[in-house]
Amino acid sequence: MIRDQEFLKDIASYCIENSKKLGATDVGVKVIHSVSENVSFRNKKLDESNRADSFAVNLTTYIEKKKSSINSSDLSKSNLEKLIERCIDATKITPSDENNSLPDKDLMSKEIRDLNLYDETHYPNDKKIEFLKKVEETASTDEKIVNTEAGFTENKNNFILANSNGFLGGYKTSNFSSSCVAVSRINGAMERDYEFGSTRFLQDMMKPEEIGKIAADKAIKKLGPKKIKSEKIGVIFDKRISKGILSTLASAISASAIARGTSFLKDQINSEVFPNSINIIDDPKIEKGLGSQNFDSEGVETNSLKLVENGILKNYLIDTYYGKKLNLKSNGRSGGTTNLYFENGDLSFKDLLNLEKKFLYITETIGHGGNIITGDYSVGASGFMVEDGELTYPVSEITIAGNFKEMFKNITLANDLEMKYSTNAPTLLINQMTVAGK
Amino acid sequence: MSNFFKETDVDTSQVEAIVTETLKNCDDGELYLENHKSESIVLDDNKIKSSTYNSDQGYGFRAVTGEVVAYSHSNDISKESLRKSSENLKDTLKSKKGTYNHEIPKTNSKYYENINPIESKTFDSKIDLLNNVNNYLRSKGSIVNQVTANFLGEHKSIEIIRSDNQVLKDDRPLVRFNVSVVLEKDGKKETGVYGVGGRQSYDDYLKDGSWKDVCDEAFRIANVNLESKPAPAGEMKVVLGPGWPAILIHEAIGHGLEGDFNRKKTSAFHNLMGQQVASEGVTIVDDGTLHQRRGSLTIDDEGTPTENTVLIENGILKNYMQDRLNARLMGTKSTGSGRRESYKHVVLPRMRNTMMLSGKYSQDEMISSVDKGIFAVSFGGGQVDITSGKFVFNCTEAYEINNGKIGSPIKGATLIGDGPSILKEVSLVGNDMKLDPGIGTCGKAGQGVPVGVAQPSILIKKMTVGGTKL
Repeated sequence: MIRDQEFLKDIASYCIENSKKLGATDVGVKVIHSVSENVSFRNKKLDESNRADSFAVNLTTYIEKKKSSINSSDLSKSNLEKLIERCIDATKITPSDENNSLPDKDLMSKEIRDLNLYDETHYPNDKKIEFLKKVEETASTDEKIVNTEAGFTENKNNFILANSNGFLGGYKTSNFSSSCVAVSRINGAMERDYEFGSTRFLQDMMKPEEIGKIAADKAIKKLGPKKIKSEKIGVIFDKRISKGILSTLASAISASAIARGTSFLKDQINSEVFPNSINIIDDPKIEKGLGSQNFDSEGVETNSLKLVENGILKNYLIDTYYGKKLNLKSNGRSGGTTNLYFENGDLSFKDLLNLEKKFLYITETIGHGGNIITGDYSVGASGFMVEDGELTYPVSEITIAGNFKEMFKNITLANDLEMKYSTNAPTLLINQMTVAGK
Repeated sequence: MSNFFKETDVDTSQVEAIVTETLKNCDDGELYLENHKSESIVLDDNKIKSSTYNSDQGYGFRAVTGEVVAYSHSNDISKESLRKSSENLKDTLKSKKGTYNHEIPKTNSKYYENINPIESKTFDSKIDLLNNVNNYLRSKGSIVNQVTANFLGEHKSIEIIRSDNQVLKDDRPLVRFNVSVVLEKDGKKETGVYGVGGRQSYDDYLKDGSWKDVCDEAFRIANVNLESKPAPAGEMKVVLGPGWPAILIHEAIGHGLEGDFNRKKTSAFHNLMGQQVASEGVTIVDDGTLHQRRGSLTIDDEGTPTENTVLIENGILKNYMQDRLNARLMGTKSTGSGRRESYKHVVLPRMRNTMMLSGKYSQDEMISSVDKGIFAVSFGGGQVDITSGKFVFNCTEAYEINNGKIGSPIKGATLIGDGPSILKEVSLVGNDMKLDPGIGTCGKAGQGVPVGVAQPSILIKKMTVGGTKL
């Protein structure tokens, strides 16, 4: 079902050769084929089945320091011929930029390691349906659950990345994901929560009963929330959202934000940005990792990086273009982070909740209230009050606000890290944030 | 004749036969074909950062029976591929039996011309204009730290083939021009963003130096923010300016009135039809028929002509927004709100141009009636939790109000409220309704579609402002 490497290589070579014939001095190309099958259920009945079969070619041509790109889903040579011509025409009249270039040859990935990213198992739709039935049966056992939705998606992907300096590499990847959304109701008011699992291999998927139960339990716990008074208070971020802190860090230390001068962490390299107990790692070579890769989106070799060591910012995320602007070599982060995580802290989850008499525990944030330039942060939130180490009642319709610079310096980590997503963080506490409520 | 089959091994009549055969035991469905060309040219950091041209074509084949949707899409338009999709759909629905609804309204209206904005302005002149934007903004002084400007243009041709050879077509231009500027003063940096767009050519929005107005507005917002103080935290009165702040309406009640969430009873509004959900004097419509607007469509992505749908009339909930599937299951008619991001996506009921209509008060009256509160003029994005009804949006330009007077600008803060109750807190509706500048994209279930909003100034009695100052 998924096309092989030879087929993709043929298209990639065709693009490179034709671009060069028309006058390109350098060429980069990516050819992708993906097949995706999704089944979704609602209230224990089949709701939707969806099959996707997609091709894509992304081509960038250079004429000396001029550059232009095209993307297309039509891989026919007659279409590609026309688009390559269009791309070259645009390249010719695009102003040049001294930082435009393919990556340095000596930085390119030399060998492709099998990181166990592809499971060829096909999970037929009938099996997906059985799985989802179990998810929803477990999710709807409590009468407070009035609506359930569940989905299962299987993805298979193959790609080739090539450039005119002789680089050519690619490999297959797979992904299985399943989710359940449960809606609970009491006295006419409803709450919604979810559980979600994503793996490279089918055999590693969570049990359906587990997915259903977690979604339902969480939705029921949220019922009857209160709005609290505005105050300064320590805020604990649940694991589902604590990883957001790392995504913010990743945006703020991307070479583009640093080179453009639009990051609140500009000029902070080798400075203390977090408490000295904190280490942050980006490791692309984790077996079966959801963010794992052999090389970045330009073909540059990627290796594990300590972004933050003992609280000190050690590395930016560097691609070729912005690396040149900063006089730094690419460290294989064109396309961003890979498997990004905080090393575990010292405290157990329970001990973290007992550090003070009272905390606000946040399980969900809404809105896009983070500003990478100023570091200002303000988002809508819901969760629970924690009193004497116990979750006492649900809270909603509040906001939490602060500034990332201060927030980073006031982080305390628990020791409950799990590798569930490509970016992962343990439960974490940020002392003294402003909560706006009543 | 269809252009979609020109270089393929099938012709229109063969495709129509496959569609009719596949859908014969279904309630509804269609073959949706799409050809999409788009471009993006970005100036950043004094350079043309990227120029990209995208060419995408494919089909989405849908069969619907009862509540079940079977969908298969591919960018390979061929006999073999269509046959595989057909098998896939029939297999999913094998145990179901439906009766095809052939009825679909026709229209002669057109809300935009069939132009291709990418080709109607030369590449050179786009590059020149981006450079002019950069020079113009940087000539405002060394305070200008960074300038980003971009063109986004597209042309989408769609063709919908329904059972028994019904064919519906639309050609949709869309452009957007955006400017973002970062200013730096005394070590403090702030951003200002502004943009314009709609379903016309670039020059309709940028001619006669009007691109300078876009630059000036982005500069003005950034400049205001350089002087901003920490925002207050807690419940207070809020005056919203006219135009783009109507994303409050979009988030707070628009999503909650989409047919699917109400059929599934997961919307906080599902049992409120015919009831008072807003203050008297509040009327809200969702209109797909405004000429050349970003959210307008001649026909929706199921082929239904769009209309002006009254959602709330004088405070009373009147209608939901419907696609064909949800309308059928709820015993009503499609409102022409069935939309999809592309052939890769299933149809969902979506907003078009969502508008609160004018009332009778002036903005001055509103501000002078507030002892302590905020005046919010411009926003970034927003988000809503449909089920609990809680929604947020982020101010990008806002001021304190003290004793009826506008005071200092305040830092960007999130405002949070409750959808079903917020419109009951609207105490005054202004007489100054304004459309947004044509920049909105709405996200739902991973699909982005262009939308518009409009509103007059409004006074909200009580809302929580998420600042840092207690």
